[in-house]
Amino acid sequence: MSGSPLRYLLVRLAWALVVTIGATAVAFAVAFVVPADPARALAGPKADRETLESIRKELGLDRPLAQQYWRFLGRLARGDLGRSYVSRRPVAQAIGERLPATALLAAASLSVALVIGLLGGVATAARAGGAFDRLGLVGAITVLSAPTFWLGMLFLYYAGFKWRLVPLGGSVSLAGLIGPSLVLGGTTGAYYSRLLHVNLAEVLGAPYIRAARAKGAGGWVVLWRHALRNAALPLVTVVGLDFAGLLNGVVLAETVFHWPGLGRLAFESVLAMDLPMIMGTVVVAAIMVVFANIVIDLVYVLIDPRVGLQ
Amino acid sequence: MRISGLVWVGASMVVVLGGVALGGAHLAPFDPALQVADSLGTPLPPRAGFYLGTDDLGRDVLSRLVVGARLSLLVGVAAMAITIFIGSAVGLIAGYYGGLVDLLLMRATDVMLAFPGLLLAVALVAVLEPGVSTVLVVIGLVSWTGVARVVRAEVLSLRTRDFVLAGHAMGGSGLRIMWRHILPNVAPTVLALAALSTSTTIMLDAGLSFLGIGVPPPLPSWGRMIQEASPYYRTAPWLMIFPGMAVFFSVLAFNLLGHGLIERFRK
Repeated sequence: MSGSPLRYLLVRLAWALVVTIGATAVAFAVAFVVPADPARALAGPKADRETLESIRKELGLDRPLAQQYWRFLGRLARGDLGRSYVSRRPVAQAIGERLPATALLAAASLSVALVIGLLGGVATAARAGGAFDRLGLVGAITVLSAPTFWLGMLFLYYAGFKWRLVPLGGSVSLAGLIGPSLVLGGTTGAYYSRLLHVNLAEVLGAPYIRAARAKGAGGWVVLWRHALRNAALPLVTVVGLDFAGLLNGVVLAETVFHWPGLGRLAFESVLAMDLPMIMGTVVVAAIMVVFANIVIDLVYVLIDPRVGLQ
Repeated sequence: MRISGLVWVGASMVVVLGGVALGGAHLAPFDPALQVADSLGTPLPPRAGFYLGTDDLGRDVLSRLVVGARLSLLVGVAAMAITIFIGSAVGLIAGYYGGLVDLLLMRATDVMLAFPGLLLAVALVAVLEPGVSTVLVVIGLVSWTGVARVVRAEVLSLRTRDFVLAGHAMGGSGLRIMWRHILPNVAPTVLALAALSTSTTIMLDAGLSFLGIGVPPPLPSWGRMIQEASPYYRTAPWLMIFPGMAVFFSVLAFNLLGHGLIERFRK
């Protein structure tokens, strides 16, 4: 295989396209194959006969499945995700309005998570194997076991209501961002810190680290300049792999903090049984994950000179 | 061989949970569905007799938590069984046969990994009949990917080992080799994954209930208790604090057990 980073990126992009098509197939299956009567599922239990008929015609439910999927893909390619059965607005439009808020929250949470992960990983790796290390592991497991939405409610109760430190949510503002990004970033950061810790402990035992130490490099220089650069690479991969998990947290955090994003939209659609809207958010979330992984691939090319050589 | 302390702590917590789940209504001080405090419309804080407080309908929070344990554990464990079954089957087959089979199965896994599991579960529950079985099947369907990846990696490292090659040389069929020779060697990992998966499934179940589409009422569910408590989180925080602690405790129990098992098997 040729070793150019460009080729690597092209392969990864082709790959992202395959995953996207696969994801639309799953979404199609959920919306049009799994339910006994898709029209009924789309319109909800309260729909009358006329609505059901119009939906069947609109969706072409009388045609063969393959043809239906092809039409579904065609509409998707034009950015047409159907219409909400509650507000009658195009789903793509409603999602487009909510997307920036979710992207902002995801980015803020990811930043908090990376800072916590980096600091936590480095702090515990310096004394690997000891009681401090053990405490770090148990601490991280404990944090990861707390339900995000519950932590969010506790945060709102104490920081928002009792101590009046932050607003109680509802609007996109910097102060409103603090709660959800701290809760999400904190739990995700606990996970990252463990990964980084394990990688660091491994790298710190490598011969090149001993060589650096033998040349007289101090502990911190070895840790930050030599060890971290290698140990952080698998972490970058995990950020991509776990991006879907982060969005899970975003859905719940948005609901708790009344953050007007995609997750809250999904929640509202569930309450109204607005299936086109639910399916739209699922597809868009999957595309966001694929997109995040493309960004990760780009980052990889930038920070790892070996990429493309394998 | 020293068994990691985490295993003991985790296992004891799981035993406590199991005991509460088995005891169910026999352990609860009150009937969880009945108004037992004379305070309809106003949740009252923890006090003698009602140690975790009462909710807006005058029901005892402790009794509801105790009775809810069985459902949470049942959904968590059943969904875990589905997760482990699909995940190990996909991982075993992909890792053992390799080639095109591996490629296709792992691509399918990648596609599933692109979905935030909670959102996909929300969509599935929305198009299916609501009910306990729907919830646990859906949770199982969206959470097997991690198990498949880990099992596949293990199988890949096993398939070229001498005992597997010897099995081939003696004319063993693929299925027999997978079942008799590879599976027993992956079993410890699968056991640890089972514990970790249970923590994930309990968390997902709570998340779904919190979004209002989990196990339908009147079955008591911890996640729904938190959701129902949200309008009262300022005036009656105990309504969300204690069910959250119950979810937290269960997830922590299985997480500690799982991580402890992983540590133990690594040695």
